[in-house]
Amino acid sequence: MELHSNIPSGPIADKWDKHRFDMKLVNPANKRKYDVIIVGTGLAGASAAATMSELGYNVKVFTYHDSPRRAHSIAAQGGINAAKNYQGDGDSVFRLFYDTVKGGDFRSREANVYRLAQLSVNIIDQAVAQGVPFAREYGGLLANRSFGGAQVSRTFYARGQTGQQLLLGAYQALERQIHDGSVEISTRHEMMDVIVVDGVARGIVTRDMVSGTIQSFTADAVVLATGGYSNVFFLSTNAKYCNVTATWRAARRGAGFANPCYTQIHPTCIPPSGDYQSKLTLMSESLRNDGRIWVPKHKDDARGARDIPEDERDYYLERFYPSFGNLSPRDIASRRAKEMVDSGHGVGEMKNGVYLDFNDAIGRLGQDAVSERYGNLFAMYEKITGENPYETPMRIYPAPHYTMGGLWVDYDLMTNVPGLFAIGEANFSDHGANRLGASALMQGLADGYFVVPLTIGNYLARITKNPIPTDHAAVKDTEAEVKSRLDKLMSVNGSRTVDSFHIELGRLMWNACGMERSKEGLEDALRRIPQLREEFWRDVRVPGSASNLNQSLEKAGRVADFMEFAEVMCHDALTRDESCGAHYRVEHVTEDGEARRDDENFAHASVWEFNGVGEAPSLHKEDLVFDNVQLSTRSYK
Amino acid sequence: MRLTLHVWRQQGPNDQGRLERYEANDVSEHMSFLEMLDVINERLTEDGEEPIAFEHDCREGICGSCGMMINGVPHGPKTMTTACQLHMRSFKDGDEIWIEPWRATAFPVIKDLVVDRSGFDRIIQSGGYVSVRTGSAPDGNAIPIPKEDADAAFDAATCIGCGACVAACPNASAMLFTSAKVAHLGLVPQGQTERWDRVRGMVETHDDEGFGNCTNHGACQEACPKGISLDYIAQLNRDLIKATLKAKPVGAGKDA
Repeated sequence: MELHSNIPSGPIADKWDKHRFDMKLVNPANKRKYDVIIVGTGLAGASAAATMSELGYNVKVFTYHDSPRRAHSIAAQGGINAAKNYQGDGDSVFRLFYDTVKGGDFRSREANVYRLAQLSVNIIDQAVAQGVPFAREYGGLLANRSFGGAQVSRTFYARGQTGQQLLLGAYQALERQIHDGSVEISTRHEMMDVIVVDGVARGIVTRDMVSGTIQSFTADAVVLATGGYSNVFFLSTNAKYCNVTATWRAARRGAGFANPCYTQIHPTCIPPSGDYQSKLTLMSESLRNDGRIWVPKHKDDARGARDIPEDERDYYLERFYPSFGNLSPRDIASRRAKEMVDSGHGVGEMKNGVYLDFNDAIGRLGQDAVSERYGNLFAMYEKITGENPYETPMRIYPAPHYTMGGLWVDYDLMTNVPGLFAIGEANFSDHGANRLGASALMQGLADGYFVVPLTIGNYLARITKNPIPTDHAAVKDTEAEVKSRLDKLMSVNGSRTVDSFHIELGRLMWNACGMERSKEGLEDALRRIPQLREEFWRDVRVPGSASNLNQSLEKAGRVADFMEFAEVMCHDALTRDESCGAHYRVEHVTEDGEARRDDENFAHASVWEFNGVGEAPSLHKEDLVFDNVQLSTRSYK
Repeated sequence: MRLTLHVWRQQGPNDQGRLERYEANDVSEHMSFLEMLDVINERLTEDGEEPIAFEHDCREGICGSCGMMINGVPHGPKTMTTACQLHMRSFKDGDEIWIEPWRATAFPVIKDLVVDRSGFDRIIQSGGYVSVRTGSAPDGNAIPIPKEDADAAFDAATCIGCGACVAACPNASAMLFTSAKVAHLGLVPQGQTERWDRVRGMVETHDDEGFGNCTNHGACQEACPKGISLDYIAQLNRDLIKATLKAKPVGAGKDA
């Protein structure tokens, strides 16, 4: 596997400009001769599809939902960062770049992050022009708020539904292009594999989820905008359908998978309430501005929260981190909560949470003021738990939320497989080992609106047009493999449900490769995952038929891929023998219990090459060079 | 608690469909409605039967995938709540629950509780956007928008496209859905250029898709999990009248 990052030379501020000039262009009249496939219609996929078709390319877009508007981008709450400096508080492209590289604990690629910061300003302009109803001040100008990891106010938002409004903007742009006939959309179609001909990506195989028909689509380039893999843990804040299949299938066809062990855990989610728990719900992190986090000092304290006197409560974040207290960074707050629950101080019926208490804030500000700030969140909490957070403290616990790892891509967002691009959460490029709040929407839209529509031209202009007929041997072989895998899933006819396997894999991964990782735990997981996978293929039960709507079969295919992917994740976590960002190895901590990086040996992206199921993957490295920021250690004491 | 469920089962569009009875034991009040169905589905699978097909994804009330009639009410008994956010504490031991798909000609059943809502996308395709090519936007603060207008536009834009309004309406009208988009874009300056073509185009497609007319029952507003107001339909009607009067003869220019 050869990795060429293709980062343009020159000063960082000029790289993108220079690259845009150096890139080969496809002339406007020729663009319609090129077919581009886009898989996924979230922020990245929908914006890329709309923009590429505006440019004149023939775009075919695929989603497993009934409508592009359902993609999980829709659930993003907080906001989107942009270096507009509308507040005049000293923000700049360089500051956003710097904050992002630092927030990622110095494990991202400088050139990509700088471009992201540059493009952030265009995203806001584009969204406003589409009619996205961002929050505004009374004077009619755009409002901003501050977010974790930044000392300036640069986050644009639309109440707690920023992702929804931005996705609808991109969705509407896409629907307009569909109406014009320049985008062809296939809804309820799941991508099952990538077609690679002579080492080049030339199409995809899909399953029509209503009829079960397996079909191939060929093109000159394929763009994967298929999101992240938090659902490897089964319980996460991701939507239920989110999965690793598209990116993992690409990895099996030769694309390198970078930094799979970088998974972000969000500290403030509602804890599970029983074995039937199907997913976890995030409560905005802004709650930590006014809530105080505590657990009972006595283990297994059965009293209600209000019956526990002040001196029998442990406000542990305030105790450990006197200066940052309840506002300690995500990873630290998460780990400390786990520590409390693991040591028997957990609260709630299942003793699986910690309290987030607003009593002091209500006393200080009054209930009305608290309600003004957090009313919608309190209502959502009450809807889910049946408890009133004005009266009893909220119960919270960390949950997997976002995955920084993804397909390795070069500066043009192309994987090491020519013609195969990855954008949005599906790639690895911008967030390093930890993503800052309000940066996911920014990256998805930068990739989709402004990067890949241009860089794909740089690829297409260099290739010789060579249409692949759908009866080409490589196409037929890939289709046959897809069919045989589905047949195999249908024919096991064992005794266990797909979900029961997914839950078991999720628990295993959460314990071994979740918030804390150890050599011992990871080695154990690497022994157990193949056993579980073997049991899956021996004992899974998929009812119904493959030739109509079959949600069990859909899940089975995705879980089967998670079973293979989980192993690479553990290999990555084991090999990365340091702590950085969200990757916390218990062997590498400072005296204060914080992550200890090892820049000498690990300032690289780890890129994994698939060698076959059950075979150890091969590790390749892309060295990360920091010319513009000084590597430093975080401290929040 | 113990519940008796009557669930609509239908193999495909050509199957007649029928209600099947299932006993749900050990239902916890903390479960969401969909988790209760998950548990039933696990059991059906173990018993060698096909699980109940239903749509869902985010389970946070924002993606708009889920939706079913629960005792004849879209998304069930709790107001401003999608089926995924409905919890079993809204029911009591011994309850019987009837679960059916959205019923509307324009939403044909695909399987069990899953219906085809692609008509909504086609309504959006007919004008539910601002035509602004990527890269051609002016600075975000170039056009100030009064906060009131921006907030009102947001209230309309919060529609999740679930289809509860159609399911609730005795005419199976999608006017609440259509008007929410017409109002969202009509309330911001960026949406003005295409305002009149938009409302004409979207209403025409709405009718062509087989959705019924609005006769101001207001059931849609009651059923809407996002609280979209009936006022937007009034706004749409005003816009539609203006748009009809403004309609130019074919081939006429700006001054016609």
